[in-house]
Amino acid sequence: MRRWWLALCVVASVGAASDTRRSGFEFMTPETQAIQRDDAQNPAMLWVQEGAAAWERKAGTAARACIDCHGAAPTSMKGVATRYPAFDAATRRPITLGQRINACVVDRQHAAALVPESQELLALESFVAMQSRGLPIAPPEDPRLAPFRERGEKLYRQRVGQLDLSCAQCHDERAGGRLAGATIPQAHPTGYPIYRLEWQGLGSLQRRLRGCISGVRAEPFSYGAVELTELELYLARRATGMKIETPAVRP
Amino acid sequence: MARALITMPKTAKRGEIVEIRTLIAHPMETGYRAGDDGQLVPRDLIRRFSCRYDGELVFSAELFPAVAANPYITFCTLATASGTLQFSWEGDRGFSQTENVVLTVT
Amino acid sequence: MSVTRRTLLSAGAAIGTLLVVRPSYAEAGDLPSAIKAFTNGAPVQRGRVKLDIAPLVENGNTVPITVHVTSPMSATDHVLAITVLNEKNPQRDVITCRLGPRSGRADISARIRLATSQQLVAIAQMSDGSFWSDTVDVIVTLAACIETP
Repeated sequence: MRRWWLALCVVASVGAASDTRRSGFEFMTPETQAIQRDDAQNPAMLWVQEGAAAWERKAGTAARACIDCHGAAPTSMKGVATRYPAFDAATRRPITLGQRINACVVDRQHAAALVPESQELLALESFVAMQSRGLPIAPPEDPRLAPFRERGEKLYRQRVGQLDLSCAQCHDERAGGRLAGATIPQAHPTGYPIYRLEWQGLGSLQRRLRGCISGVRAEPFSYGAVELTELELYLARRATGMKIETPAVRP
Repeated sequence: MARALITMPKTAKRGEIVEIRTLIAHPMETGYRAGDDGQLVPRDLIRRFSCRYDGELVFSAELFPAVAANPYITFCTLATASGTLQFSWEGDRGFSQTENVVLTVT
Repeated sequence: MSVTRRTLLSAGAAIGTLLVVRPSYAEAGDLPSAIKAFTNGAPVQRGRVKLDIAPLVENGNTVPITVHVTSPMSATDHVLAITVLNEKNPQRDVITCRLGPRSGRADISARIRLATSQQLVAIAQMSDGSFWSDTVDVIVTLAACIETP
C-alpha cells in the first residue's frame, strides 16, 4: 500500500517537474510584466473596454446586440477562448475565435462582416477572450480537426523564406536564446490578442504569425488563410494546459 | 470618440492624497516615422492633458513625440471636497476628449 | 583619383549636407541647451528628484518612468513643474507637468519612447525659484525584426 502511494508521489512530482513550457510572460523584463499585471496600465484594456461597449450595442438589420443572445459575457463567454480554433461545420474547416465572432456578426446581427484585424473586431475578440483569463488552454478533441492540425505541425517545422528558418528552429530549439537584443520565447499563444510594444497596438495571433513569416523573408499567408488557422491549431495543442493571460502585453 | 480609462478611488477622506491613473487610446504619431511608401507619416499627437477639480486646474502636462502611444499618465491630487474631476486631452487634427469622474469626499 | 572625380565627390558631399532634412522644431539642440532653456539659465542642483526607469529597456517604444520629488507640497513650498529631457531622441523634450499645492505629492509616471541608449534628465522647478534634478543612463536594446505595422 505504502509503495503504491510513494510511486504515485514520484510520478506526480516528475510529471510536474518535466513541464518545461513557459509563457512569453516569463521571458519579459519585470517592467513589461508590470504593465500586463495591472489592468489600469495595460493599454489592451482600452480595446477590451471598447469590446465591452460593442457587446451591448445593437447592430445590423437584425438590430441585435451580443448581450441579447449571450447575456452577460463573464458568464456566457467563460471558457470559450480556451476551445479555439474549433471546427466549423458550416465551412468544414477550423475557425479562430475572431472568425467565429465575425460569423455571428454576419449571420445573427445581419451586419457587414468586420474587417480582419480591424480595431472593432480586435476589441470584441479581446473582450471575449479575456473572459477566459486564468483558464487552461483546452483545444477540442475533435477528430475532424486532426488533418488540419497535422498540416499545422508540418508548417511549424517547415523551413521557409530567404533566411530558410522554421518556427521550430527558433522556438523549440533556441527558446531562451537571443535574437539580436531580444530573448526568443517559446511561442505559446497564451495571451492573444496581445498589446505588442513593437506594434504600439493590439494584434491577433495571425498578425504575429504573419510578422514572423515576413521576418524570415517569406511571403506571409493572408489574414484568414487556412494555413494560419492550421498553425494556430497546432500551437494550441502544443500549449494545452497553459493558462490564458488575455489581454497580454509582449515586447 | 477615443477610449479613455481612468483609475482612481471613488471616495476619499478630506485631506487624503488621491492617486489618479489615466490611459487614453492615441497613436502618438511622431512625424519621424516613414510609412510603407517611404514617405514620413505626418505628426499626430496629443499635445496637452489637464485635470480640473471642480473647475480648478490641479494638474496639466505638455506631451511631446517622446511620449509612448496610448499615453499613460499618473499624478496625485488632494481630496478637498466632493466634486467632479474633469480630464481633458487635446491634440493635433482637432483631437479633443473629455472624461468626468465624481469623487466623494467625506 | 583624378582631379575631376575628387572635385565631384567633395561637391557631392557638400550638396548631400545641404540636402539633409532639418526638423523645423526648435528642440533639436543638445541636452545642456534644453536644460538651460527650461531653467532660463538658472543653476540646477542634483538632488530631491528621483527619476525611476529600468536600466535595461527591452523595447524603446514603451518605457515606464516615474519621477518623485521630495517636497512638502504646501502653499508656500511646492513643486511648480517637472520636466523630463532626453539626450538622443530626435528632440529633447519628453513631457512637462505642472503641479501645485493641490497635488498633495509630487509623483508622476508616464510611458515614454527612447530611440537608443542615452541619458535622461528630470528637472523640478520649485516655488522658491530653485531647480533640482536627477540624471539616469539607460541602455536600450533594439528589436530584432523591424516589422511593417
